Amino acid sequence: MLVYVVRRMGGMLAVMLIVAAVVFVIARVVPGDPAAVMLGAAATPEDIAALRARLGLDEPLAVQFVLYLKQIVTLDLGHSIFLDRPVAQALWERAELTTFLTLMAVGIAVLIGVPVGIVSAVARGRAVDQVAVGLAMLAASIPSFWIGLTLMKYLAVDLPWFPVSGYGPPDATLGERLHHLVLPAVALGIPNSALILRFTRTSMLEVLGDDYVRTARAKGLPQRVVVLKHALRNAMIPILTVIGLTTAVMIAGAIVTETVFSLPGVGNLVVSAVLRRDYPVIQGALLVVSGLYVLINLAVDLLYAAVDPRIRY
Amino acid sequence: MASLPAAGAPPAATGSAPGPAPRPAAPRGRSPLALLLRRLFRRRMVLVAAVLLAAIVACAVAAPWITPYDPMKMAILNRLQAPGAAHWFGTDEFGRDVLARVLLGAQLSLLVGALVVVVATVLGTAIGLLGGYVRRLDGLFMRFTDALMAFPDILLAIAFMAALGPSLFNVVLALGIVYTPRVARVVRAAVLVLRELPFVEAATALGASTPRIVLVHVLPNLLSPIIVQATFIFAYAILTEAALSFLGVGVPPTTPTWGNMIAGAQQYVRQADWLMLFPGIAIVLTVLSLQVVGDGLRDALDPRLQKVT
Repeated sequence: MLVYVVRRMGGMLAVMLIVAAVVFVIARVVPGDPAAVMLGAAATPEDIAALRARLGLDEPLAVQFVLYLKQIVTLDLGHSIFLDRPVAQALWERAELTTFLTLMAVGIAVLIGVPVGIVSAVARGRAVDQVAVGLAMLAASIPSFWIGLTLMKYLAVDLPWFPVSGYGPPDATLGERLHHLVLPAVALGIPNSALILRFTRTSMLEVLGDDYVRTARAKGLPQRVVVLKHALRNAMIPILTVIGLTTAVMIAGAIVTETVFSLPGVGNLVVSAVLRRDYPVIQGALLVVSGLYVLINLAVDLLYAAVDPRIRY
Repeated sequence: MASLPAAGAPPAATGSAPGPAPRPAAPRGRSPLALLLRRLFRRRMVLVAAVLLAAIVACAVAAPWITPYDPMKMAILNRLQAPGAAHWFGTDEFGRDVLARVLLGAQLSLLVGALVVVVATVLGTAIGLLGGYVRRLDGLFMRFTDALMAFPDILLAIAFMAALGPSLFNVVLALGIVYTPRVARVVRAAVLVLRELPFVEAATALGASTPRIVLVHVLPNLLSPIIVQATFIFAYAILTEAALSFLGVGVPPTTPTWGNMIAGAQQYVRQADWLMLFPGIAIVLTVLSLQVVGDGLRDALDPRLQKVT
């Protein structure tokens, strides 16, 4: 087990190194001089030269990359000229909103996906099952931003149940803030519930055919106990895996949802950084979000190995 | 992803379809294509989705015959008219006919999706074949695809667009690269199996060169998994393109892709909800039918592939 953990961590480091390289390269393939692009048309040649020196752009690429890695290791993500503050700080200020949004969306996706998936598996082949599988396919085909806009139009604009946009005033209570996040979380959660539903269904189907489930039924246990206690427990591992994966996907999906509802989160920061070509912010956000993505995937794999005694590496 | 079990489904569920008798031996006189279509359309939903998809493509192509309006022509006096007899889908903030624009959007979205599929399939197949056949390249290629897959789709696409700048061509390039690893992985996995099979050994024994074995013997056997992947990538590409355009980092806003239309509709949500409704429905129908057809193809072409994607 320990050997497996160490090996997986090593693999993760290798992937992160390549991720860092990709992030590094993306900001360097920009047509033209990044310093000139960042300063805009009004910049004097002296300004550009000064910024080039400050960003280390005059060094050879390999040296720049090593410097960049050194920065990352010390958790220094660079400095945003537009925001006039370190990138790490800008990300941290907006992390709360995106974390809440993602967690709520995960909650919604799980609350839809797991129960419907279980019902669907138990009613396999019947109308309920077919409707559930069809709805899952439909949910996976709707752009989250469009769900967001539709919800906003009918539940926030036409009916005043939810705030239209934003995160409330700075002194808003936690409850008020979460209220602002309900519609965005639903918009983000619905499309992502589809994968959870389908995995739950498949995983339950596999387990429901097993001998011990038949034994439990033969003992005369009620359906509820057989399904929830005997079957679900054993079907849980793949379901947990896919919940982990969807969580990682939703962190990125939050970028789009935050834009719909003008929420000042990490996603909003990324989009405005792209629009004004604020490369330090783009790089920092890319690195942090994909880092989280890799970490969550690793955690899921390790959890998998820890929970299932049959898995030995 | 799972799908309805093909063989074990209870007859009650399949409705009018004939009972799943033990699969008959291949009927004589049928081409492989006819066989495939028969297996594909055994599920009624797949047939419905395929017809819908064909209808969407037909509408996109036949746009000028469906509506007399020019999608780009402004008529300020007619602005923000609700759907009615003159304008079936209403008009937008410049008085342009929304139906005409949704149809133009269909052409653009289908074009982007198709081009992304071409880029991802060509690159992915090349990488997968080389990786599966040339040991020394395999490790490098797989680390590369690992790293690309360590980014969520939309984030990687945004990053590429940030570097490349907004244009239709760049969207195709960015999404093509984003979806290349999916094809590469599937192709590599299939190649690793295929290269050990007796027919490859036979070809080697007959003295065929490696390039010949790869192109003549292995590649045709990869068609099924590639087609299945291509269908799903088509669907994802349409979704991701719409999201990129919506964010303002995709196709420039003057080009009416579905995503751009929805982005433009945002500020008129209060008075004109049809502006966001119709392009949204168009996206959902297109992506949904592609996914259903993709699912059907996966079941029809190779039941063993059910776990892929």
